Amino acid sequence: MSQAEATTRDTTEARPRTMAAKIGSVMQSQGALVMLVVVCLMATLRYEAFLTSENLLNVLRQNSMVGLIALGMTFVILTGGIDLSVGSLLALAGVVAAYLVPYGVFVAVLGAVAATTLLGLVNGVIIAKAKIPPFIVTLGMMIAARGLVLAITDEKSVRIERTFADFIYWGRGLIGDFLPVPVLILLLAFAVGWVVLNYTRFGRHVYALGDNDEAARLLGLNISRTTIGVYAISGALAGLAGVILAARLGAGNSVEGAGVELGAIAAVVVGGTLLTGGQGNVLSTLVGVLLLGVIFNLFNLEGQISPWWQPVLRGVILLVVVVIQNRLTKLK
Amino acid sequence: MTNEPLLRMHNIRKVFSGVVALDNVSLTLERGEVHSLVGENGAGKSTLIKIMTGAYMRDGGDMFLEGKPANFRTPEDAQRAGVVAVYQEVNLLMFRTVAENIFLNREPCRFGFIDWARMNRETGELLKRLGLNINPKATLGSLNIAMRQMVAIARGVSLGAKVLVLDEPTSSLTEKEVGILYEVIRRLKAEGTAIVYISHRFDELYAVCDRVTVLRDGKFVATRSLKGLERIDLICLMLGKQREELEKKGATAFDEHQPVNNNAPPLLAVENLTRGRRLQNVSLDVRRGEILGMAGLLGSGRTEVARAIFGADRTETGRVVLNGQEINARNPNEAIRAGIAFLSEDRKAEGIIPDWSVRENLTLAALPALTRAGVVSRKKQNEIVERFMRRLGIKATSAEQKIRELSGGNQQKVLLARWLCCNPKFLLLDEPTRGIDIGAKGEIQALVNELAKEGLGVLMISSELEELVEGSDRVVVMRDGQLSAELRGAQISQDSIINAMAEVNQRLDS
Repeated sequence: MSQAEATTRDTTEARPRTMAAKIGSVMQSQGALVMLVVVCLMATLRYEAFLTSENLLNVLRQNSMVGLIALGMTFVILTGGIDLSVGSLLALAGVVAAYLVPYGVFVAVLGAVAATTLLGLVNGVIIAKAKIPPFIVTLGMMIAARGLVLAITDEKSVRIERTFADFIYWGRGLIGDFLPVPVLILLLAFAVGWVVLNYTRFGRHVYALGDNDEAARLLGLNISRTTIGVYAISGALAGLAGVILAARLGAGNSVEGAGVELGAIAAVVVGGTLLTGGQGNVLSTLVGVLLLGVIFNLFNLEGQISPWWQPVLRGVILLVVVVIQNRLTKLK
Repeated sequence: MTNEPLLRMHNIRKVFSGVVALDNVSLTLERGEVHSLVGENGAGKSTLIKIMTGAYMRDGGDMFLEGKPANFRTPEDAQRAGVVAVYQEVNLLMFRTVAENIFLNREPCRFGFIDWARMNRETGELLKRLGLNINPKATLGSLNIAMRQMVAIARGVSLGAKVLVLDEPTSSLTEKEVGILYEVIRRLKAEGTAIVYISHRFDELYAVCDRVTVLRDGKFVATRSLKGLERIDLICLMLGKQREELEKKGATAFDEHQPVNNNAPPLLAVENLTRGRRLQNVSLDVRRGEILGMAGLLGSGRTEVARAIFGADRTETGRVVLNGQEINARNPNEAIRAGIAFLSEDRKAEGIIPDWSVRENLTLAALPALTRAGVVSRKKQNEIVERFMRRLGIKATSAEQKIRELSGGNQQKVLLARWLCCNPKFLLLDEPTRGIDIGAKGEIQALVNELAKEGLGVLMISSELEELVEGSDRVVVMRDGQLSAELRGAQISQDSIINAMAEVNQRLDS
């Protein structure tokens, strides 16, 4: 046993990079959190309106949809994949929900989520079984699902009557007069996501798959099942986001959600999840969503500058984070 | 109790698209036995192992595990039955913890949720049982290669392995780490596990194995007890040669060297290379036509010397003079242009591009010379490829075969050819025959010898003493980043090299 000890010590000597790598990995996992805290502190000092429960809940509510999608995207990216179809699936869910609302709120919600879950499943099956890169498969789904929505709605939005208050509640309701329903859904979804990733076999296999898919296969994992699972989850959460959006707008709109996939990917990456998979978690995604959301909020509070600077800043932050991640990965 | 062995493979046959890979091969494993499987590349070792562990299906013959017929369709089948392989390239998850790697897919759960506390505890107990001091919560990537390999073995054990196959387990371990492996093997043996141990290093076979089965060209040659089996007899079995024949030639394919003129000016002179603690004032010279052997334990700075000469690592001080001209390469490109070639130790990571053809791999370094106005001359390329394939005896179906399909020895020859077609003046060879079967080894050794005769200077780093003793005109020994000895002529022997290397430990002890 002392032999083993000696060897471990030798290794630490032989690899002086370990310390730097440690700091690096902390920076990578917590960098977004540090940035979020700094931005919030600055905002608090500068804008009186920032640190009010109203404003903060508003930020959360505005970001609940991209947040849900980013949660699903986290699962996908942890396996080393990508899902570009979520924007189209969001629109599809909104439209399906709007059509189904007359049959009851649960039919509407379940029907919408089931539809997008099914398409997510199709993504997963093609990726896992036909071994086609996720980028291509979900790009195809993105185009096809968007076309499907436009075709069935004839490019019009599907109105949801005010009388369906149960459904509208999903987007506009308040719990205890202050907590917006979408925020509750978002927080619940993240809590469930966290438990699934950390405390279920499926969750650990998601990590294993992104870590080294060949090793995972040789270690006896059912890779197809895990792959199909994450795309189904991504589809389901995109559907849920679509339901919330439709409930909020009072309509299922066929052109909604274009570009939302990129916002979600940005949030996941900014949070610190590696695009190559295997490393990251849902909490860091939440931080990423909030960081980008707060920056958006600040532009609103500032009011004076052109709103187009806001995507510029988002983009720059994304690039900076990815460059830093890349360097840190190399350090290891 | 039954007398039935733990595992019995009888008259195993395997055919790959018409080519017989295994023909009537038999193997028995007893409980608590370490059984070595040896043979040249192409002997069928890995095919046999793959059949044993469910990666291939056999085309004929029978297999029995504990007396019951065993027909594994997949590696998972075999694992479930207790036959587990731990491969040379450790296939584990770098970002995950030790415990997760060991319990992957069998994570202990409570009410459907992973019981981390139990998983870590059981991992700790398992590692302790194997005499390993590894933190179950450490991420695998933070461990060194040796410990990763131990984790892979521990995983096999935790799967309930009755038969554990270790394929080249020591190829990337230091001496000390090999000791840890032996300890693990000893404990498993005591528990009744049968271990199939595949290694090219005879020292290891004799150190840990009880019996050896020799395969040659897909056929069973013999199973012998290693006790009382002389090395030379074992080599004879592997090569299918008579003992008398081999003794005349020696075990390696280097022939006698003509004495090199010691007064001739050096082709390569290296002075005072220093890089931190890894290299301290290393000076050496090599004459035209000379093979300078370099010995040393892993980590002694052997590879670092070669990398420094090649410009792959910057040194703090030092001069490199080739052919009277100071080169001091700051990067490999400069060294290559000056006429230095470096065949690195790690073929897979630094040398071959697996999915490229033999032709593409072979001409990679020579491309600038074959290119006119940005267009590669295919005709010249083919000429060169053909010439070197013939000269080096590269065995491939054609120049267009993907290099990853070639045996290790042939891959190495392609890499050597890659450098030779750039007409180098000096060859840096780092472990040129590591992991290569005896036949191909001999061919490469003969080739190096021939190249030296043609006037190249060679620095040959090797951890195989036989190779150094028989192949070198002079031998220098590295120790803790310094040159510790230079041996010439009659001084060169395995004993004297070991003595020079061994001084390290004495110093550390005092």
